[in-house]
Amino acid sequence: MNASDLSPAYDLVVIGGGPAGLAAAALAARAGLSTVLFDENPGVGGQIYRAIASSPVKDRAILGEDYWAGVELAAEAGASGASIVTGATVWSLDPSRLVGVSIAGKARLIQAGRVIIATGSLERPFPIPGWTLPGVMSAGGAQTLLKAQGLVPGGRSVMAGGGPLLWLLAAQILRAGGKIDAILDTTPRVNWLRALGHLPDFVLSPYFSKGLRLLREVRARVRVIRVDRLEAVGDDKLREVVFAAGDAEWRMPADLLLLHRGVVPNVNLATAAGVAHAWNERQLCFEPVLDEDFNSSVAGIAVAGDGAGIAGGTAAAERGRIAAIAAVRALKPEAAVPDLQTIRQNLQREAMGRAFLDALNRPAVSFRQPQGDTIVCRCEEVTAKQVRDTADLGCEGPNQMKAFLRCGMGPCQGRLCGLTVTELIAAQRGTTPAEVGYYRLRPPVKPITLSELASLPITEVERKAVER
Amino acid sequence: MRTADVVVIGGGIHGCSTALHLALRGLKPILVEKDYAGRHASGVNAGGVRQLARDLAEIPLSISSMSLWERIEELVGDDCGFVSHGTVLVAENETELASFRARVDDLRLRGFTHEELIDRAELKRLVPAVADHCPGGVVSRRDGAADPFRTTQAFRRRAIEMGAEVLEGVTVTGLARAGANWRVETSAGPIEAPKVVNAAGAWADRIAAMLGEPAPLTVVAPMLMVTSRVAPFIQPVVILRGRKLSFKQLDNGTVVIGGGHLATPDRDRNETVLDWDKLAISARTVWELFPAMRAATIVRAWAGIEAYMPDGIPVVGPSSTSEGVYHQFGFSTHGFQLGPGTGAMMAELVATGSTNTPIDGLEIGRFRDQARRQS
Repeated sequence: MNASDLSPAYDLVVIGGGPAGLAAAALAARAGLSTVLFDENPGVGGQIYRAIASSPVKDRAILGEDYWAGVELAAEAGASGASIVTGATVWSLDPSRLVGVSIAGKARLIQAGRVIIATGSLERPFPIPGWTLPGVMSAGGAQTLLKAQGLVPGGRSVMAGGGPLLWLLAAQILRAGGKIDAILDTTPRVNWLRALGHLPDFVLSPYFSKGLRLLREVRARVRVIRVDRLEAVGDDKLREVVFAAGDAEWRMPADLLLLHRGVVPNVNLATAAGVAHAWNERQLCFEPVLDEDFNSSVAGIAVAGDGAGIAGGTAAAERGRIAAIAAVRALKPEAAVPDLQTIRQNLQREAMGRAFLDALNRPAVSFRQPQGDTIVCRCEEVTAKQVRDTADLGCEGPNQMKAFLRCGMGPCQGRLCGLTVTELIAAQRGTTPAEVGYYRLRPPVKPITLSELASLPITEVERKAVER
Repeated sequence: MRTADVVVIGGGIHGCSTALHLALRGLKPILVEKDYAGRHASGVNAGGVRQLARDLAEIPLSISSMSLWERIEELVGDDCGFVSHGTVLVAENETELASFRARVDDLRLRGFTHEELIDRAELKRLVPAVADHCPGGVVSRRDGAADPFRTTQAFRRRAIEMGAEVLEGVTVTGLARAGANWRVETSAGPIEAPKVVNAAGAWADRIAAMLGEPAPLTVVAPMLMVTSRVAPFIQPVVILRGRKLSFKQLDNGTVVIGGGHLATPDRDRNETVLDWDKLAISARTVWELFPAMRAATIVRAWAGIEAYMPDGIPVVGPSSTSEGVYHQFGFSTHGFQLGPGTGAMMAELVATGSTNTPIDGLEIGRFRDQARRQS
């Protein structure tokens, strides 16, 4: 679909085509709302079901049945009557629900009756010394290569970090014939103690048996080493991984280091739209303040999926449905919708076991609050020491910090440094991340070219001004 | 209770500059700021340091400011990112150029020589990237640009070093006579001082209202956008007259595009909503004027909240109703350059009762007379 084929207005605009967005668009369109779903990727699926319609990985066992569940969601959305527009980058959303979107270099402003933001999660920044070297990449990036192009690491490869996705990716790489020399587990021992209290709940959850199977599968084939210090070393590219546990230090030659330390909500679009956010101390991230229907503090804008707080792909779809039902009830109260209570119960089941996972996978302070010359902001090459020193000088928050160091002002708009900067300032000033706050984010939340912006249709007012 | 020689309300560049200059005169000012210094227009404006194309009433303040900008590091202990490559007002056609010529001639008769008419060849020399349809323009060669937040913070920091007290996150809730003093009620308790300076920007009318003085400001939020880094191709700040545009490349390669298209401000929530249709007009103007910019990427757009007066020039001088109170607000989207000099002038006025810098035409009384005429 081209930009010129879009209607100037829709009842519902869904942003993001992962499980939450697909489920929301399908439900709303079927209930009769004029619905458009925008996704910036070439195909729908989001990160969890990336390339679900086009993946070259045909052996279903490699990516696992949880991945292939995405086929049904995508098919449902496709058949629902919703316009599913891929390659469509949403770069602005304001409190009046005007959506700025670009398709193939042409921009449009679309008025939405309701908006569901379903932009999912991002990998938590993992700023270790050397993490900007070529050869070091995020596990999420590696998973994208596997799902979309069937690529797996071939050389000497090390994975490091923790969290369910790290183990899932390890299993997927191994099943696809890839090779992993070692997994460096950064989970602090004390986390096991802290998680223990949540164990009974976890044992009853679907995560338990799946998780255990994954761990067993990976541990049978890869050496797993618990570490509490980690460094990527190399001149022009990664040469070796240096790690330590207690007083002992090891060096391991490597061509590829995959880092992962869990995911956090992608708050950029919601923040730029003026949605109120709050610090979640359990998951160590900011997340939008939402009611039980996932409505935000801005009228008509809801946030569903992992963007509403990390809960996983299955929960994301249920959240999308709940937000869509709220949209239908607001715009077309007479329309039939699925039973809300059943969906809420499904969602509740998905929440089981999360407390255990959050406690177990809480990253250690040393991996969240780097020291010295470790780069924090990759776009502007700002180090941890610079951020700490500037905080000591009296700089109270990340927005003031921008003026001193430009951190967060590059093209990534703080996605790779926001949480680190907030935590460093809080630590340095002896206060909390909640008190310090996050970057005020400015649209465009995704960069657009001057030509794209210039391609917005000329308004009546401007035309008259020119004629006069 | 806190006491001071002067309470300055508002921590923008004007309030901070006035506080610094008061402290330099040996007075003890307390500055009260409801957010933090430079939170609004002073911290997020385009950073233009411009004498060019100013209203006649502002020119003396602008010229005295310029001499402070040229020794800014000496004044505040920070170079504030100030660079001086001039401002060029580009004529897009012969009619515009003729009107520019008339203006420059008029200024000469009045003894002002900072604006200089330039022909097509000089325009191309100063701004090689400009489109070929432009026949000339006006240059003010000493003009330049600075980093607005850094500048405001530098004034704040130096003011504190010189003995000013700065209270941030503190709101003024009342203002009334208390004997020979003014009693300023704040969210952090009352402060008494014989003199008060109202430098509260977009909120200054609320302070004036506490004195029963009309201050018919409009709350505005001019929009700006910045591109990713591009190879250096332009040194002066470029502005237009017929269409709204200001354009400059920073040392780091990013290009700041502004010119006065407005966002929708909400001064009670400290928020602005951008108007993309208007930013698209700016994008089209740049597209035509600087073809080299067409593939540049817009990284961020924003707007800062400030006050615009009905006649487009600021309110500077004593209150017309309340002795001991002074106004310094309403800079109408072009107050950044005026900050250093206006603060110095205001400190002189507050400390001595008079000033050598002419401020005729900027007094608040112009609006009272106007209100009376209308009723």
